[in-house]
Amino acid sequence: MLSRTASNLYWIGRYMERAEFTTRLIEATIRLSSLSGDAQAAQAWRSALAVMGEMAAFKRWGENFTPFNISRYLTLAEENPNSVRSCLHLARSNARAARTALTREAWEAINRAWLSVRGRSSPGGAQATLNMVEAIKAETRGFEGAVARMLRKEAYWFLRLGSVIERGDNTARLLDVKYYLLLPRGEEVGGALDRDQWTTILHTVSARTAYRHIYQDALKPWLVADLLVFRRELPRSLLASTAEAVELLSDLGDRSGRQGEADRLARQREREMLDTDMDAVFAKGLHQFLARFIADSSALDRAIAAQFRFG
Amino acid sequence: MASKAFDELWGTSRGRKPRQGFEPLAQWIAETPAAELDRRQQAAETAFRTLGITFNVYGDDEAAERIIPFDIVPRIFTAAEWARLSEGLEQRVWAINAFIADVYGERKILADGIVPADIVLANPQYCVQLAGAKPPHGVHAHICGIDLVRTGPDDFFVLEDNCRTPSGVSYMLENREAMLRLCPELFDIFPVRPVDTYPDLLRDTLFSVAPPDARNPVGVLLTPGHFNSAYYEHSFLADNMGIELVEGSDLEVDDDLVWMRTIDGRVRVDVIYRRIDDDFLDPLIFNRNSLLGVPGLMAAYLAGNVSLVNAPGTGIADDKAIYSYMPEIVRYYAGEEPKLPNVQTFRCREPEALSYVLDHLGELVVKLVDGSGGYGMLVGPASTAKQIEKFRAALMAEPHRYIAQPTLALSTVPTLTDSGIVPRHVDFRPFVLTGAEGMKTVPGGLTRVALPEGSLVVNSSQGGGTKDSMILLADGSG
Repeated sequence: MLSRTASNLYWIGRYMERAEFTTRLIEATIRLSSLSGDAQAAQAWRSALAVMGEMAAFKRWGENFTPFNISRYLTLAEENPNSVRSCLHLARSNARAARTALTREAWEAINRAWLSVRGRSSPGGAQATLNMVEAIKAETRGFEGAVARMLRKEAYWFLRLGSVIERGDNTARLLDVKYYLLLPRGEEVGGALDRDQWTTILHTVSARTAYRHIYQDALKPWLVADLLVFRRELPRSLLASTAEAVELLSDLGDRSGRQGEADRLARQREREMLDTDMDAVFAKGLHQFLARFIADSSALDRAIAAQFRFG
Repeated sequence: MASKAFDELWGTSRGRKPRQGFEPLAQWIAETPAAELDRRQQAAETAFRTLGITFNVYGDDEAAERIIPFDIVPRIFTAAEWARLSEGLEQRVWAINAFIADVYGERKILADGIVPADIVLANPQYCVQLAGAKPPHGVHAHICGIDLVRTGPDDFFVLEDNCRTPSGVSYMLENREAMLRLCPELFDIFPVRPVDTYPDLLRDTLFSVAPPDARNPVGVLLTPGHFNSAYYEHSFLADNMGIELVEGSDLEVDDDLVWMRTIDGRVRVDVIYRRIDDDFLDPLIFNRNSLLGVPGLMAAYLAGNVSLVNAPGTGIADDKAIYSYMPEIVRYYAGEEPKLPNVQTFRCREPEALSYVLDHLGELVVKLVDGSGGYGMLVGPASTAKQIEKFRAALMAEPHRYIAQPTLALSTVPTLTDSGIVPRHVDFRPFVLTGAEGMKTVPGGLTRVALPEGSLVVNSSQGGGTKDSMILLADGSG
């Protein structure tokens, strides 16, 4: 496979995942802000910007911090290179360049997702935004379905590799912004607002019912952290996405009989996570742990680019 | 215009009596409600858009990707019509290859005074660097798209030869797919010859001309990239041939060998089906500012280490100034009369022709010899006096840059429009493949249709559409 094609596929995976994560974040934020007073609602939207790492860029954009402006910035603003619209545009652009490596189905799913946003400039009110978010989620699910039906070969592995690297990174960012809510074991459960915050987090990683199934317990902050960091059953957890990256890299390595720096980094990260648990992470500081995870993700991303000569 | 033209379904009967053999088509049109045809046509266009079968109009931004309008009413050629056409096409393409080999080799046709030497040697399309070069297996123009027009039952003319990187074959294939899906009953009515062998034939052609010492040749399709107007076609063909679709940056030349960059390192490339113009192939030889090509590619080609399809320099054969000599060229190499005539052509470089053209601008089509895509031309009967006078000045300033042709009463075929099924003018581009083992012409081609009433301009950049072109098996020709 051409190195450029591999790079295109990897970035399709990343951008489609980022688009989906952002739509879930918007959806969860709308839910949270509708449950809260004005002050908390404003806070919820600022926090959505923080999760996406867009606080500074939003300020430069020059619009007021209103829910509508933030929602527009995250969903449709062309000026934001990480808006849902921009992600879908970039995914489609990469997909056009790697057209022959994609199945017709996978291409059509990406193209449809792009066509669904390309003519829009305003998300509208909360209900209109939710409708749009629902439509985009349906398209990204269609994309995942199409990818799942692809041959287990290079194209599939690179698409998935991009998805899981992006996925781990997103979950870590989400947790890092909300980590002050995730109090260590033994702390008292807070009021209704805290509950809503946790629910928001679970919603963003589509794990609201997963939590109940796994813990059979009421919402407890340290369990939410445990779920998002250490539970392999949850595909968006840090451990699950790390383990999947290890598997995908080894599938790629088995094919050529060669492994490299990316394999080493991914395996090392998985081993370290298996050697620790939530108590130890809280003891050393969750924020430090997450910051390290995010930095390691960038290092792994660079190692993948070098190993497969993305250039 | 339309009322006087020959209609391929109705002949000159103006809708009263279909031509012999075409009765089933007339019946199908009569029996299928227009609303149903419209529904099917829209279904086809939706499918094309979802698939991304789009083209970009040069000058527009990327957001302006458009689909070429598709017309649901097919165009039909009988087996006898096709037999005549394909013979004429292969004769012409054979002569084109002989001509290119000659002008880059011994130049006999120039020495014999059949074609004026300056028209060839001073032509911007003549690639001096290639004089004396021989491509592997001696084939230059492996893929030719010959544009034909028709004015009567037996009157086909070559309007233009396309010997560089002709496009449109993906429409031939996708239009047929759409017709099979949306109008399956037509294929019960008519025994239609399949076109889907084209990718296999193209693949065979490419690999047949690999350098002789390549044991397991690797072929690639070189595209200018996904912003190019024909990118969909490039990806479609690469996919259907099972070869890599590469951009210039994916290739590198090292010691006159061509390599592509893959996730496992470098892989040697033997055959390049290039869909990049000569000018952009190699910045070391041609356009220095081009980022599309591959530095060193021409050196690798001249060293015989890679086959380029089509070979560089073939533009000399489809230049409009050379076009007017094609009948002489065919006679010279084939030793027989051309089976497919040219459209009558006035060479404005010749004083007598120029004065005729200047006197008849209102009746003629005048074209730049180096223009394409319907740009830089005057369609006399469709122009205002002001436009004609403006063109006259340009023509008198540089007459050698122009040729002129009579406006032909192009044939029409029934076409679905907002005002129902009406006659619209068409042309036809079949594709002729030439490999090391001979020539092949897939029974089909691209029919372009001028959608506005009375229009003769079929170019997609100027509002043209496409149709499926069905060639019938012998026993179905009526």
